[in-house]
Parts: sequence; structure tokens; C-alpha cells
Amino acid sequence: MANTLFDKIWDAHVVSQVEDGPTQLYIDRLYCHEVTTPQAFDTLRDKGIKPFRPDHIVAMPDHNTPSDQQEVINDPVGRKQVETLKANCEQFGIKHFGMGSKDNGIIHVVGPEKALSLPGMTIVCGDSHTSTHGAVGAIAMGIGTSEVAQVMASQCILQSKPKTMRINIEGTLKPGVTAKDVALYIMAQMTTSGATGYAVEYAGSTIRNMSMEGRLTLSNLSIEMGSRAGLIAPDEITFAYLKGREYAPKGAEWDKAVEKWKQLKSDDNAKFDKEVTYKAEDIAPRITYGTNPGAGIAIDECIPTLDGMSDTEKEQFLGMLDYMQFKPGQKLEGTPVDYCFLGACTNGRIEDFRAFASVVKGKKKAANVVAWLVPGSWLVRQQIIEEGIDKVLEEAGFELRLPSCSSCLAMNPDKVPAGKLSISTSNRNFVGRQGPGARTILASPLVVAASAITGVITDPRKI
Amino acid sequence: MAKEKFDIIQSTCIPIEIDNNNTDNIIPARYLAFTTRDPKFYGDAFMHDLRYDANNEPIADFVMNKPEYSAAPSKGIHEIIVGGQNWGSGSSREHAAWAIAGYGVRVVISNSFADIHRNNLLNCFVLPVIVSREFQLELFQSIAKDSKTEVKVDLPNQTVTNMATGHSEKFEINGYKKYCLMNALDDIDFLLENKGKIEAWEKKQANA
Repeated sequence: MANTLFDKIWDAHVVSQVEDGPTQLYIDRLYCHEVTTPQAFDTLRDKGIKPFRPDHIVAMPDHNTPSDQQEVINDPVGRKQVETLKANCEQFGIKHFGMGSKDNGIIHVVGPEKALSLPGMTIVCGDSHTSTHGAVGAIAMGIGTSEVAQVMASQCILQSKPKTMRINIEGTLKPGVTAKDVALYIMAQMTTSGATGYAVEYAGSTIRNMSMEGRLTLSNLSIEMGSRAGLIAPDEITFAYLKGREYAPKGAEWDKAVEKWKQLKSDDNAKFDKEVTYKAEDIAPRITYGTNPGAGIAIDECIPTLDGMSDTEKEQFLGMLDYMQFKPGQKLEGTPVDYCFLGACTNGRIEDFRAFASVVKGKKKAANVVAWLVPGSWLVRQQIIEEGIDKVLEEAGFELRLPSCSSCLAMNPDKVPAGKLSISTSNRNFVGRQGPGARTILASPLVVAASAITGVITDPRKI
Repeated sequence: MAKEKFDIIQSTCIPIEIDNNNTDNIIPARYLAFTTRDPKFYGDAFMHDLRYDANNEPIADFVMNKPEYSAAPSKGIHEIIVGGQNWGSGSSREHAAWAIAGYGVRVVISNSFADIHRNNLLNCFVLPVIVSREFQLELFQSIAKDSKTEVKVDLPNQTVTNMATGHSEKFEINGYKKYCLMNALDDIDFLLENKGKIEAWEKKQANA
């Protein structure tokens, strides 16, 4: 029988099928960060049990870590949470990459770059952007804290099998268009709930030619389409990315692993519950205008008008624009911005910094803009410095900060003040996401870079 | 979270007619930095930034602050939320389910839930009930007409009834989860009873 990639990995991890219920699925890797695990560790203590397979768990703080210095967390609440993670890991013998250590960073950047996430694995974490890791050819899903405790206790999770969807992107992306724009385009086409209930496989020639960093960005944003898991069949690009990385198999083990990983693809006749195809040539650099990531347009388009909307839709649409201080039909290109953010698990990788630097090289940051450039990990930061990108950024008036989730979600000092407009490479433009009252426009590193230079929303093709 | 056996709930509702009511709305990120499990702490933060302004004053025109909906949930009163489309999208934070449970709500009704949040609700013994768009809109209408409109959620029979119109729909839930809710059982206990199977599975992999 012809199977999808998702089916193959799923079926290989089924421990049992609960009668008239979910599947008991074995989990190869549990990642833990400080925010969604303290109560799970408490559950273990309540029940008087230890993690069943502590060597399958890797932990690191990322949400609360400051990006200006990492000697101390000044906020006592955030500090306690980071300290609690460390203490819990010590108590239960779990690998922990502490704040400020060279191993630390955002989980969804660190996992793939250390090859802790490998093709064929099942991966979970109490974080919706766990979908990122699916880019290496794995089933990777965000879970809740009760489920984190379940995995700690049993290395298994109870889940109903999702339906499968294949999203094909065909053709060559136009200059100035990145994986981020592809994801924002798909969301605008299918809405933020278009893939709810599905695991999504990304395929097609555009994906096959996409770098690993681009694939990680695309898989990262699966959850913004409603899909818990986005995955991409591993290929030579995947293997080249993983080879030689810290936790990748070595020597003969590597060769054996690659042979096995080459089987990880959807069979030719595999049936998906849904299949859609988009053309790369239809995609332009994009920005969002509303308070969900699906509310987006090509950068040179205008915000939609109220034509054809029902009264309820109008009310919600106007409420969203009211928060953003925009009007129906308004053109956003040229609108002044206050903050520019490069980073997050979406766009905090080396390729994103290369892209940003390619735009700002030899130019100067606009005086009206506060810019936060935050690498996704210490490894990324080291590579930025090795490639001399830090110098390019510095000459253009930018400062390279320390690895952190930073301004993605306002759980550390990098908060956008109320009413200020931010153009950001992060993943969510929700009300208050970057700080209470903050207004967020999502965009690619190229768009953010161009806007940081001009001080207004700028098409990177025109600068 | 408090575990209470689930059976039949008949109650007035809080209508939160917001589409894409994401988990950042349900509980803002700053409440995630705490390590407590206190239900009241999270219940007080439920929909916080839509309920309160920057000075922590209630925002009068937000539905939960209107006199007819402001009473804290108790038996038969406000135990049910009727939510907008794509309820609970975004972040996986279970704190959102803790906030709903901590506030005292036992059922959320919508025509669509985000996958992760739906599981989180179930793990917090809050029942997500998926209804048709028509049924959802009719509920909003009935409640708008009379805020005392009751809805009956019958888990054993998997039916949800708008008592104002008498209209009823079946809803889906798998037999296992239904049994868990009706008997206040956790997934973790089920998994712990299954250790033998897990070890056998691991052994089989090692030998493959």
C-alpha cells in the first residue's frame, strides 16, 4: 500500500492503538523550555515518579533570557522560572543548556543545528513552533504541559492521527522572495485555520531547491495555518546540513542512517486527504496588516476593502484595523515604523542574518528606528562573527545582540511599547504579542532590513 | 486542575463571539512566567487584556464585564462559553486551558478549535464541543435575545441542545476520552499502567 511520509513515521512509532481512542505514540525527543515545564515536573513529584527515559529529553531556557546581557535576569518572576528549569533538570538528570552557555539558544534553532532533531524522529515540546523540526523529515508537534508530563512519565503520548495534506510549491521564487513570504502567502490563501486537523507535507520543486534554513522557516509557520506538524522529505540538502553536526551519527553509523533516511518520502501513489498546489511565481515579498498572520498582502498591495463582507465580518475586520491604526484600502508601503526585529525561531538563523546584511551593507540605519538583531543561538552568533557579518551590521549602525526569543513574545525586556509599530521577522502579530498595545507587521528579513534603512515599510526590491 | 466527573451540564452561557480568539488573548504571555498551579491565579487572568484596561479597570463594553454575563461561573450559571470560529489558535500554552478551567468554565462550544488547545482543554477536564456553524450562530442569536438562555450538554449521549429553540446536535468525542471525562481519569495514569508495552516496543526497535 502506498503511504505518505507522515504515515511512515507515525506507523513506525505506534506502541498501541487504544480501543475507540487515540494512538499511543512513542516519542524520540522531548524538548523542554522554562515556560511550559515547571508544572509538568511538579506532576512527576506529585506522583512520586522520575522521567522514564531522561536521555531522550533536552532542556534549555529561551523565552525569558534577555538579549542585552545574560549575567542576570532582573525580573524576579522570569528569573525564578529559568532557575526552576535548571533545578528540575539537575534533580532528574536531564541535559540542560543553561542561559549564556555556548550550547544555548532558541530550542527550535538549537535542535536542528546540533542534529538533536533527525529524520524519521517523533519530536514534541510544550511549544507550538515545534513544527519547525519537521523540516528535517520528522513528525514534530507542539503539546500542552499535561502532555509534557505524560511524555516525561512514559516517553509516549496519546494522540489521534491527524489527516494528511500536501502543499506543493512549484517553480522558482522571484528575487526578493523568501521562505517567509511563501509561508505568509499560503496562510493568506488558506487562512490561519486552513490546515487545522491536518499534518502538512511541503513538496514541489520550490521546496526541493530551498535551503535547510528556508525549510525550517516554512515548517515553523505550519502552526500559523493551524497545522500542528509540517514536514519535508529529507534529501541531499537535509543530509548535507546535518552531517558533522554535534549529535549527528558519525562514520559508518552516518552512512547507515542516510540509507535509512532515503526511504523517508511519500510513495508515488500515496493518497493525501487534501492536496493543494501554488506557483512560486505568484508570490511577492509580503507583509501582514492585521492581528492574525493570515491577514497579509503583497508589500505593494493595499489592505482589502469591506466589499463583500457580512456585518459580523466587517465588525471584526474593522476592530482588527482599529487596533493596528490602519484603514480599509490603505497602502502600507511607505508607512513609518518604530521598531525592527530580526530573529525568533522563525528567522533567527545564519541565512536570515546573511540576507539582512546583504540589504544593509554600505547603508545606514534610519534614525527613527529601534532595531533588535537577535541570533537564534550562540552557534548562529558565532557564525555571524566568523563570517564578518557583525562588522557589516555595525558599520550600518546596527548592534548584534545575544541569543533569545527576544521580542517575539514580550516575556523578556525586549518589549515594543504600546502604540508603536514594529516590523518583525517573528511569527505572530496577535494583539499585544510584542508587548501590551504593540502593533506588529510580520515580514521577511529582507523586508525588515529594507525598512530599517529607510524607516518606512519598504520593498527590498526597490532599495 | 480540579477533576470533577463529567455527566450532563445545563447552564447559561458567556458568548465570546470573537473569531481566531488565540491563546495569547485567552491568557497574555506575562502570566506564563509563573511556576504556580493555582487555578484562581490563571482564572483571574482569563481574557485579561480584553477584560481590563492598562489601569486594571474593567472595560465596560467587553462581554464578560456586562452585568448579565459578569457573574463568576457556578452550577447552572456561565459554565459554558460559546466561542467564535477557530477558538484557541496560536500558542500551545496550556495556561489558556488553565485560565478557562480556573475561571470555572466546564464547556466551550465552537464550530472549530485549534488542535493543540482542544487537547489541552480535554486534559484540563473542560469539554470542547464542536457544533455546526448554523448551530453556533443560532446560539449567539438566542443568547443575544435572552442572556438567560440555557444550553444542555449531555456527554453520555453526546448531544448539545439550545434550550431556547429546542434544537439539538450530536457532537463527536472518542470513546476513550469520554470514559476519562466521565470518570475523572488522566491520560498519564493510563500511560503509567502501560509501561510493559512501552518497554516491549523499545526492545523490538533495538533488535530491528
